[in-house]
Amino acid sequence: MLLRHTTPKEIDRKALTINPAKTCQPVGAMYAALGLHGCLPHSHGSQGCCSYHRSALTRHFKEPVMAATSSFTEGSSVFGGTANLVQAINTIFTVYEPDVIAAHTTCLSETIGDDMTAIIGKAKDDGMIPEGKHVIFCNTPSYVGTHVTGYANQVSSFVKSFSTATPKKKNVVNLVAGWMEPSDMAEIKRLAKALEARTIMFPDLTGVLDAPMDGKFHMYPQGGTTVEDMKATGDSKFTIGLGPYSTEDACITLENKCKVKFEMVDIPIGLKATDRFIMSLSRHANVPVPDDVTLERGRLVDLVADSAKLLYGRRVALWGDPDTLIPLCEFLVSLDMRPVYAVTGTPGKLFEARMKEILKNVPEAKFKSGERADMFQMHQWIKQEGVDLLIGNTYGKYIARDEDTPFVRFGFPITDRSGHNYMPKTGYQGAANLVVQIIGALLDHEDRTCPEEKIEFQM
Amino acid sequence: MRKIAIYGKGGIGKSTTTQNTVAGLVELGKKVMIVGCDPKADSTRLLLHGLAQKTVLDTLRDEGEDIELEDVLKAGFGETRCVESGGPEPGVGCAGRGIITSINLLEQLGAYDEDKQLDYVFYDVLGDVVCGGFAMPIRDGKAEEVYIVCSGEMMAMYAANNICKSIAKFGKAGKVRLGGLICNSRKVDNEANMIEEFAKKLGTQMIHFVPRDNMVQHAEINRKTVIDHAPEHVQADEYRELARKIDENKMFVLPTPLAIDDLEKLLIDFGVLN
Repeated sequence: MLLRHTTPKEIDRKALTINPAKTCQPVGAMYAALGLHGCLPHSHGSQGCCSYHRSALTRHFKEPVMAATSSFTEGSSVFGGTANLVQAINTIFTVYEPDVIAAHTTCLSETIGDDMTAIIGKAKDDGMIPEGKHVIFCNTPSYVGTHVTGYANQVSSFVKSFSTATPKKKNVVNLVAGWMEPSDMAEIKRLAKALEARTIMFPDLTGVLDAPMDGKFHMYPQGGTTVEDMKATGDSKFTIGLGPYSTEDACITLENKCKVKFEMVDIPIGLKATDRFIMSLSRHANVPVPDDVTLERGRLVDLVADSAKLLYGRRVALWGDPDTLIPLCEFLVSLDMRPVYAVTGTPGKLFEARMKEILKNVPEAKFKSGERADMFQMHQWIKQEGVDLLIGNTYGKYIARDEDTPFVRFGFPITDRSGHNYMPKTGYQGAANLVVQIIGALLDHEDRTCPEEKIEFQM
Repeated sequence: MRKIAIYGKGGIGKSTTTQNTVAGLVELGKKVMIVGCDPKADSTRLLLHGLAQKTVLDTLRDEGEDIELEDVLKAGFGETRCVESGGPEPGVGCAGRGIITSINLLEQLGAYDEDKQLDYVFYDVLGDVVCGGFAMPIRDGKAEEVYIVCSGEMMAMYAANNICKSIAKFGKAGKVRLGGLICNSRKVDNEANMIEEFAKKLGTQMIHFVPRDNMVQHAEINRKTVIDHAPEHVQADEYRELARKIDENKMFVLPTPLAIDDLEKLLIDFGVLN
């Protein structure tokens, strides 16, 4: 037993979180920054922060993640990081030649109160920022919020720094992508293309952390939203935010700055969430839904119907980020499964409200969000009454092993399997992928553990 | 070696009082080191006859961590050993972290080692204990005695009361104790009686009442302590008296800070508000 200290008896804890379902703000800021073409993320703090955030992303994507750091020393903590950042900006533009430096703060630079606006202003005055190049920033103290907050802050900073309204509106819909895999974003773009909707997606991680191997090192891969597109988001006629926790801030900022109205939908995971996304896009881009997409939907419904007896009533425990957990739970309910436990370290009232609504027919469900929601407690719930399936990131593998429970890896980070960033979980196709994975995990477990006389050729 | 920290509201005269007292101790034949813990780096100006000191943090920034004690330590009036920790320019960086860095560095460099045969170390700390950094001199058994410079003005007493809160807190876990209040007179009505009473309520003493005298300003303009500038003047004797009292002090307490209502009542009872 790896987690033998976990007992079914819950003790009220105030000062301790065990295995929280979250990580640092800058991890999200760094991930989002990579979704801007030609952008080098810059961590304004000590070297260790930057190293950790890079490796957190690398462990998940199995790709090198480029980022720079202000390399704070004891002296920088006392005298402030101005000199370091100004020097870094000069070095980065001289040596690494990005189009954009997306700086984010750290706990240290936030606590000593470094004024990013003033520092970047100074770098500009000192001639450190070449013509046509950009330095943007967001504040990401890790003692507030989580990696999802950091992602949201970075996406908002794209809007603050680039989106510009000109007198000429364009027949384009902005798609603000919440935290998901590059493959998930690619699937959403494929659907938008199938609808013949003109869209700009930001941030856009496709072609960045899933770029093909061509034998050469590309400091700045082909993918990512270009600065031109980012500027043009101010002229779009509408914005669809995918995932309120990671994109609503940016949508509000864009509306205030450029008067582009927006609608918030969930990340299109599962049947209903994909329906809502497709309908929203169809309405706001003023395009019909083509038969091909309807056929995809039909195939998914067929798969779900064929698998109903395998999925019905199965109890599931989940952990991860609210923007994916919410539609995922909704999909599990659509599959007649019972998402009984769910935790996310990301705080916010919306999670509670949405989960309550989605799980109104699963009265035994327990869910919790915020800094005191942790996987230890979820494991205790499992000890009290077991589940048939676990869905979440790699941090759940210890629970899966101890409880001998089927486990579908989903979310961030997945450090012990591959393919997650190639196989979409969004759209009808992604929902089908999910169903296939869930059934595979459930039946593999059954085939392996059932008594010999119960083994079936066909299930 | 006695390790003493001087706290008090900003502008109350901590640096002036500290340096004049140190001058008095020097006359008693004591070997004293003074560590300025203020980014303004003016805690040793009177002993060094000017702002002649390169601060610990400036040295750290310019020369890296490979620092010799001699780089940051200068001999002042009567062979006092003077150090300024320094800090960032106003509004930038973290002065509190600066104090922590600087005091740690001085320890590493052996500034307080036995072979220095110091009788006293004085930490002259800016203002209130605003954050963990400014509490550094009274943490981890660094300073063991604290004297608070105050006056009969309400905000000075308010600050003194706050400082007592942190002494009470750190004293529970460590060795730091309050040695007394030094009243640096602002010629407030009934000042001495009020501070005596305030000290009693805090569980401590008013160790000395330093009257206001223009000679202090004259000496300051000449970048000297009063004892250095006008050794025969009555004010010089006041500082000698304060030095002697500190040297002979045996009363070290964990203070009992007052509730704000009690503090205000004290002010009313002693007639300041009338």
